[in-house]
Amino acid sequence: MAPIILDVDVRRKVFRSRAGPEHVVLADMRFSLAEREIVALVGPSGCGKTTLLRLIGRLDHDFEGRITWHGQEAPRIGTVFQEPRLLPWRTVRENLLLVTPPDCVETVDELLRALGLWPHRDSYPTQISLGMARRASIARAFAIRPDIVLLDEPFVSLDPSMAERGRQVLLDAWQRRPTTGLLVTHDLLDAAALADRVLMLAGSPTRIVSEVVIPPANRRAGTEAAHAFAQELRLLRPVEPVLFPDVSAASSDRR
Amino acid sequence: MVWELAATFAHSRLFPAASAVALTMIQEAVSGSLLSNLAITLARVAAAFTVAMVLGTALGFAMGIWRRVDLALDSWVTVLLNLPALVLIVLMYVWFGLNEWAAIAAVALNKLPSTAVMVREGTRALDRNLVEMAQSFRLGRVKTFRHVTLPQLAPYLFAAARSGLAIIWKIVLVVELLGRSNGVGFQIEAYFQLFDVTHILAYTLAFIFVVQAIEWVFLQPLERRVSRWRR
Repeated sequence: MAPIILDVDVRRKVFRSRAGPEHVVLADMRFSLAEREIVALVGPSGCGKTTLLRLIGRLDHDFEGRITWHGQEAPRIGTVFQEPRLLPWRTVRENLLLVTPPDCVETVDELLRALGLWPHRDSYPTQISLGMARRASIARAFAIRPDIVLLDEPFVSLDPSMAERGRQVLLDAWQRRPTTGLLVTHDLLDAAALADRVLMLAGSPTRIVSEVVIPPANRRAGTEAAHAFAQELRLLRPVEPVLFPDVSAASSDRR
Repeated sequence: MVWELAATFAHSRLFPAASAVALTMIQEAVSGSLLSNLAITLARVAAAFTVAMVLGTALGFAMGIWRRVDLALDSWVTVLLNLPALVLIVLMYVWFGLNEWAAIAAVALNKLPSTAVMVREGTRALDRNLVEMAQSFRLGRVKTFRHVTLPQLAPYLFAAARSGLAIIWKIVLVVELLGRSNGVGFQIEAYFQLFDVTHILAYTLAFIFVVQAIEWVFLQPLERRVSRWRR
């Protein structure tokens, strides 16, 4: 087993609205990531997955608990946001070059070619499709030679075939630049197609309700295998509420 | 053409023909009086414009980002915004004397609040998602400002610059008329005493050409450059 590089221990994350009462979003969220391991966090929309990624990505420091990085002093974190978040006044290539150190120019061009963006490298984000913009945002996260990549529902609002293509692009990027990955999604298919390990989230406040290690033979084994394994995960889900009675309501809502 | 014909029919000293005005303009240019006065006025416009834009932008940006600054300064900006230009000019001259600094300060103060208000609106409209992106990729303050914030403020800055240039050169003329002994405003005052409309029009038109040239040579190409990404 590769060494652990990230320990996440979020005991409590509270949202305070200006007038309303406190709302505990996350509780007792404890897991670790091994080096070059890809973990998927699967949970319903609005359960606080994005919030968790913001904590890990150091965009939000207001929580109880600890997130410990065991690698170098400051990890390079490549984030793929839910929306592409490209700067509209810079071309695709300029968007990548802006965030990368000067010695990464070759990485940028290599990724642009690998992800099928080379013909569009000088286009502005307004001139390309959403699918393409998402690909550019994936390329950007990998271009900084990250220690960890955080992905927040990278294929949401793409039709199934575009999402399929997106997953393929992500796998290509991963193959080229192996790195630790944390993927947040509501889609079991994303998890089955990309991850080594799946953590299921449910409840209010959101907790980890189960953990599934994908057998090595089934990992990133193509579309067929992903669909089959997603089906298995789907069957596995309703069993959990028996073990965690407080989440039964939440998971039956989702069906 | 219409002007020329109308003037021919009116045949009045108070409504000179276009050709007469053009001739005067050339004469004044050759004598050097037009050019030197134009240069002086332009220098005052440039100084006041720079001060108003830089301070106004900084102020508006601060007000857009920090609520406290906004609350503290909002009413002052409103007061300044509504204070007649003439009052400010007179006060500046009275308090600081009939000198160049008072003149430029008076003009800059007239423009500053509207720049601040425009930039404040622009700052409030900044896309937080992009700022967060910059933060997550550790762009640093300078790069974030240069590449993420400034391009979003560009349309507001251009609006402020356009309206600023227009207002500032008008107010500079008033300032010159009231308390300076050179510049286009002073010349217009002198010719007003003489009821010499030909000269007044010659100076005014010359300055309009200059402002138009600034627009064509400077503002428009720059705006095209920064907005070439728009569809």
